[in-house]
Amino acid sequence: MKTIYLDNNATTQVASEVLDAMVPYLHDLYGNPSSMHSFGGQVAKTIREARERVAHLIGADPDEVIFTSCGTESDNTAILSALAVNPDKRHIVTSRVEHPAVKALCEHLREKGYGVTELAVDSEGRLDMEQYEDSLTRETAVVSLMWANNETGVIFPVEEAARLAHDHGILFHTDAVQAVGKIPINLRDTGISMLSLSGHKLHAPKGVGVLYVRKGTRYSPFLIGGHQEKGRRGGTENTASIIALGKACELAERNMEAENTKVKYLRDKLEAELLKRIPNSRVNGDRVNRLPNTTNISFEFVEGEGILLLMDGFGICASSGSACTSGSLQPSHVLRAMGVPFTMAHGSVRFSLSIYNTEDEIDLVIEKLPPIIERLRSMSPYWKPETSACVNV
Amino acid sequence: MWEYTDKVKEHFINPRNVGEVENPDGVAEVGSIACGDALKLTFKLDENKKIVDAKFKTFGCASAIASASALTEIIKGMTLEEAMKVTNKDIANYLGGLPEEKMHCSVLGQQALEQAIGNYKGAPKKEPGEQIICECFGITDREIERAIQENHLTTVQEVTNYTKAGGGCGNCHEKIQAIIDRIYSGAVPEAKVEKKPRLSNLQKIRLIEETIEKEIRPSLKHDGGDIDLIDIVGNRVIVATRGTCATCHAAQLTLKGFVEYKLRELVSPELVVEEESP
Amino acid sequence: MKTVYLDNNATTQVAREVLEDMLPYFHDYYGNPSSIHSFGGHVAKKVTEAHQKVASFLGAKDEEIIFTSCGTESDNTAILSALAVSPDKRHIVTTTVEHPAVKVLCEHLAEKGYRVTTLDVDGEGNIDMNQYKRSLSDDTAAVSIMWANNETGVIFPVEEAARIAHDHEILFHTDAVQAVGKIPIDMRNNAIDMLSLSGHKLHGPKGIGVLYLREGTRFSPFMIGGHQEKGRRSGTENTASIIGLGEACDLAGRRLDTEIGWTRQLRDKLEAGIQKSIPNVRINGGKARRLPNTSNISFQFVESEMVLLLLDQLGICASSGSACASGSTETSHVLRAMGVPNAMALGAVRFSMSVYNTSEEIDYVVDNLRDIVRKLRQRSPDWKSAATPLMYG
Repeated sequence: MKTIYLDNNATTQVASEVLDAMVPYLHDLYGNPSSMHSFGGQVAKTIREARERVAHLIGADPDEVIFTSCGTESDNTAILSALAVNPDKRHIVTSRVEHPAVKALCEHLREKGYGVTELAVDSEGRLDMEQYEDSLTRETAVVSLMWANNETGVIFPVEEAARLAHDHGILFHTDAVQAVGKIPINLRDTGISMLSLSGHKLHAPKGVGVLYVRKGTRYSPFLIGGHQEKGRRGGTENTASIIALGKACELAERNMEAENTKVKYLRDKLEAELLKRIPNSRVNGDRVNRLPNTTNISFEFVEGEGILLLMDGFGICASSGSACTSGSLQPSHVLRAMGVPFTMAHGSVRFSLSIYNTEDEIDLVIEKLPPIIERLRSMSPYWKPETSACVNV
Repeated sequence: MWEYTDKVKEHFINPRNVGEVENPDGVAEVGSIACGDALKLTFKLDENKKIVDAKFKTFGCASAIASASALTEIIKGMTLEEAMKVTNKDIANYLGGLPEEKMHCSVLGQQALEQAIGNYKGAPKKEPGEQIICECFGITDREIERAIQENHLTTVQEVTNYTKAGGGCGNCHEKIQAIIDRIYSGAVPEAKVEKKPRLSNLQKIRLIEETIEKEIRPSLKHDGGDIDLIDIVGNRVIVATRGTCATCHAAQLTLKGFVEYKLRELVSPELVVEEESP
Repeated sequence: MKTVYLDNNATTQVAREVLEDMLPYFHDYYGNPSSIHSFGGHVAKKVTEAHQKVASFLGAKDEEIIFTSCGTESDNTAILSALAVSPDKRHIVTTTVEHPAVKVLCEHLAEKGYRVTTLDVDGEGNIDMNQYKRSLSDDTAAVSIMWANNETGVIFPVEEAARIAHDHEILFHTDAVQAVGKIPIDMRNNAIDMLSLSGHKLHGPKGIGVLYLREGTRFSPFMIGGHQEKGRRSGTENTASIIGLGEACDLAGRRLDTEIGWTRQLRDKLEAGIQKSIPNVRINGGKARRLPNTSNISFQFVESEMVLLLLDQLGICASSGSACASGSTETSHVLRAMGVPNAMALGAVRFSMSVYNTSEEIDYVVDNLRDIVRKLRQRSPDWKSAATPLMYG
């Protein structure tokens, strides 16, 4: 059975070009870039190129790029660094819909005595910029707001938010793990001090990420040890993966247009057809300011895990914000923050596409999903066929 | 990804008895959509008070659907008395086991069955004096107590796995711990036994033989009696009494009060000692 | 030109078998193991297998294995966790010869107000167990002592040290990055609470490490975010590298005896060859219990950098001190701690073999080294004045 992979916000396929670029650095050119001999030295040169490629994609200087082991490490590093360089400021501003790498860390910091403001979002998943501005105080050490939401794809106005933080002299970090490679980013003229990105969300391998730190930003390292990354991140460089990430960034730049035309077209088609064919369904999140590849659709009165498993039977991979799949017993914190009703939240499915998806694949999902929903609804005590009469509002 | 057994997957993909029985004798609705699990169970009795038909509707994950399907298959053909003895373990076992995190699906099935039978008998839905412990999922102290006792749960995490209580905001963890503590402090022997490793059948037989040889026989011989091990069938230990014991009118007392007590203490609390039928 | 790689303590070649095991998990089976669909579930199974392989190699339980991004992360995690779980204890015991991942972190902690005892080593690089015992107090939160030194290969009696720490109820961590795969290790036979290992030192890839955490040891995570590694290390699992490390451990377990026997034979041959053909050399730590693969040799009156450069021109890779410390112009902190005279320390070269080295390679190195050292010494004013008496004295 062919796999139809529509879970690209969870992880992506390593692109063939990327794999080809990295493989020589595992068995053949395996030297340590910090070594004095040229066997290691040649790897250091390739790493420099990778750094330039990453920097180019996000409009940064190569020196501003620090390689880490993942988005989570970048997020943790950024926030803890901001607190470390501002020891007398004890307040953090973030949102209720952040990724666990920011959210769980902030909860942990709250327990340790930091003040944490979690900004609310409206039913479309949008921030209230006035509330945001009001939350900034002299006590605020750092603001951490995601660029785009992993579950809904909703894009926050981080550049505007960063400007405001900058005006208050507050460090601004953004978790851009979902945004990089999907929408154009140019950090040069923004007030963003730090940005996290993750390799495996843009067709590079897992286990490599980047923390962008704007030149002149005070910084305190997270992993402490050797002098790697100019003393900003200890640990032997993950050479093959770093080189892969460089290649992936180059590809992302090349594919940016397709991402925002072809991928967007497929997403829009999938969304429109599913809404049309399945009564009592709705899209979660702002449909205007949204990543081109993501749609989060709720099917009322059914539970997400069942949908996913039945889709899995056809080789279709997606994910859900339902309780059973979120690893906790409650539905996704993002949907709860948006006030999505329980009848809808449990039945939410996220489809996230990539440039490797085809129209045939999308057509197959459009064909297979409606009967799946119908079948699960026929088992649901809450579903009354007559309810469907009042659909399509 | 959840590790479901083939049986769970099969009952999820082809659930049995979906729907509602017409003119049911017993009806129950447990869980709620807010919690992410809900089950509606209906059954019909025949003239001998046996369950002739049972159907379900459920809102929940794959294991909730499979558990409900299994429940209806289990209880069909049972008398009400038999059905009342069905526990969440029976449901889980029927399915070849459930992941720990999903045990609450089987508990939901048991609750539905109990409530449906109560509904038939005209009993109130909730016992008086019950208290909600977990506000997030509306779980009461009785439900938690019962899950602890029937499944020998010892940690808050296990209680959450079985009842969902404590799986939301987490504010009730202390209360759940208090219930666990209360139950085990009031039932020390059970708690002690619980810690013993589960025995294989062979180990159990050897241990029973050893216990009889070393602990029981010497005492009986001291009083001029003796005992022989005849057979072990599951947890039934069948013995024959000899010597003075065979004629002693207090033999039954000896069997239960001494032999069974010793075997339960040293081997397994589930053992029952019986005398060989003449 | 053929590369003769004698720098296996810096990094190792990813073994063919390891590479083959990893490759499918980049482009073909790229799923996220936390996903609910079977495409991700398949990968989750492989990750579980890798846990088992590492555990069985170390004589550990599966749940005692936490995958991290590198040895440095494991070291940082272990020490910071030990401090976090004993908040009222403010004392750390370590040695003067640790890897920067421990050493620099402890220096950083000293600045933050922790009391740090660094145990001395003698001329052969051994610690004094009496000094160690005296250093432990009620205030000691953690002991961190490396299993084997990266520069000299000297092995510390960590199992004995752990027992003593255990008697004092002090958490014991060992950086075993250099020891794992080179000497037998069985965690069932010791009281070590935490152990760090690194994939790329035993023919696994870079960017992956393990923290062994003994069952029942109190723990506070370093990276905070998702629920991966049972909530003990967040961040999407680096699946391909985890699978690679599993295989690397399996491989190391299968061929440990060969590895030990062969590298020792090569190392002894190298040392004998050098001692026979080059006067005024000193084997640093040569009388101590040592890793079978490591040789740290000082060539008096020459500068190691020059030796390395000339070796490099012949395709021979070796190092002076650790790769992680290079970039600094100081002599090795390890040799200084051992009291190696400066003139000797300046000329120290580390050769570290692996199972892939050949006897011919060693001949090649010895032959060329003789000429290189002779040539360099002829240029050295110190050598001319010292040579005669030393050579015949």
